[in-house]
Amino acid sequence: MSSIGTGYDLSVTTFSPDGRVFQVEYATKAVDNSGTIVGIKCKDGIVLGVEKLVTSKMMLEGSNRRIHSVHRHSGLAVAGLAADGRQIVSRAKSEAASYEKVYGEPISVKELADRVASYVHLCTLYWWLRPFGCGVILGGYDRDGPQLYMIEPSGVSYKYFGAALGKGRQAAKTEIEKLKLSELTCREGIVEVAKIIYGVHDEAKDKAFELELSWICDESNRQHQKVPNDLLEQAKAAAQAALEEMDAD
Amino acid sequence: MAWQQAMGSHAAGGSQAPPAAGGGETQRTQYPYVTGTSVIALKYKDGVIMACDTGASYGSTLRYKSVERIKAVGKHSLIGASGEFSDFQEILRYLDELTLSDHMWDDGNSLGPKEIHSYLTRVMYNRRNKFDPLWNSLVLGGVKKGPKGDEKYLGMVNMIGTHFEENHVATGFGNHLAIPILRAEWREDMTFEEAVKLVEKCLLVLLYRDRSSINKFQIAKITTEGSTIYPPYSLKTYWGFSHFENPAQGAVGSW
Repeated sequence: MSSIGTGYDLSVTTFSPDGRVFQVEYATKAVDNSGTIVGIKCKDGIVLGVEKLVTSKMMLEGSNRRIHSVHRHSGLAVAGLAADGRQIVSRAKSEAASYEKVYGEPISVKELADRVASYVHLCTLYWWLRPFGCGVILGGYDRDGPQLYMIEPSGVSYKYFGAALGKGRQAAKTEIEKLKLSELTCREGIVEVAKIIYGVHDEAKDKAFELELSWICDESNRQHQKVPNDLLEQAKAAAQAALEEMDAD
Repeated sequence: MAWQQAMGSHAAGGSQAPPAAGGGETQRTQYPYVTGTSVIALKYKDGVIMACDTGASYGSTLRYKSVERIKAVGKHSLIGASGEFSDFQEILRYLDELTLSDHMWDDGNSLGPKEIHSYLTRVMYNRRNKFDPLWNSLVLGGVKKGPKGDEKYLGMVNMIGTHFEENHVATGFGNHLAIPILRAEWREDMTFEEAVKLVEKCLLVLLYRDRSSINKFQIAKITTEGSTIYPPYSLKTYWGFSHFENPAQGAVGSW
């Protein structure tokens, strides 16, 4: 932590002499400590998956969701500070709604990603703001088909075939790279994502977690939805089976 | 300046100039332009059936002949509208926004006909209180699972916010011409076929006596399986009744 004590890390409006903005890097740390989130673009749609770490046994199952719908056809998975994520979600929702009000057609995924990224970036430009302590993966379906974007606390947004954020992102990315995404359907995709999330979960450090899965594909009517419960349970079972097989080897 | 003089002489010559928009004064909708005529709807054994013609009049001109005035709202409801067509389209936009935000909760719950109707009553009454009403009579029908099993719902709201629930409803001319028929012949346990027959009887009466109606009708139904809006079709008419031959006979008046 060479930045500490130098005074260059106090404000988001101060560059360090070697051209870095430490506050943004700290924000990225908040994302890196979070439960893993994964998004993949299959041939027929998008699958989003979240390893939601459960901090208390008394927490109601299904609460504090990390995957949110942003419009009929797009959804957002949040890694990092969940409360910051809600702010981004509500902005994304209002951008999508206002676009449709003005232009009379649903917002494209690209435009939505650009607008959300601008908003995130805005918080890195003023001394009285702090950057968002979260990164998001945005999936959507429009006339150009399914698309996937990842937006980081710095405000950059790139388009991906597969993306991962959080603790297990490195391992998750190598697993995604092994998939044949151009041939994979969403139905197969949810199982793969479940396997990845279960695979990267660190039993020693974090005890309990809940798997959140959502998709946007023909089967969900090209709408962003939670994966139906029966499919979710199947994916979980497949993931656990795969994990046990790995342990046996 | 020349244009000011021209304006001035015009104002002096004619009646008072209308209040300028934007100068603190606003123009409200004072009359409708493009209007649809009656909608009728009734509950039957499995759900709700709704019907109307596909015409829209510009004043008294039958200007548009295939507009849909019945639409599905969410998963459990149908809405039918008579009155200003553009206001109906605006209402559909409101409902789209409403169902979208409902969809985004993704909590396995969705707005039923009762909730949509309730929302519309607030919208209609609030607009009337702004002296800027949405110029419609709206019919809302639907079926949704409730604590007591499948619950059928049928209600109405009009442009001044009056609203109620009924087993059968009709707007506009239908209120006068169809309701008496429905009161006499409606039963709770009607099959779909019987309901269609009854609806067609009402539509035919309206076609004969309501000059704004046209012979192109749409029927829609909603059950637990969802909504179906059928393609438009015509009814067989018979104009040979003796009363139709010389309609002016016995009528008081100079024409």
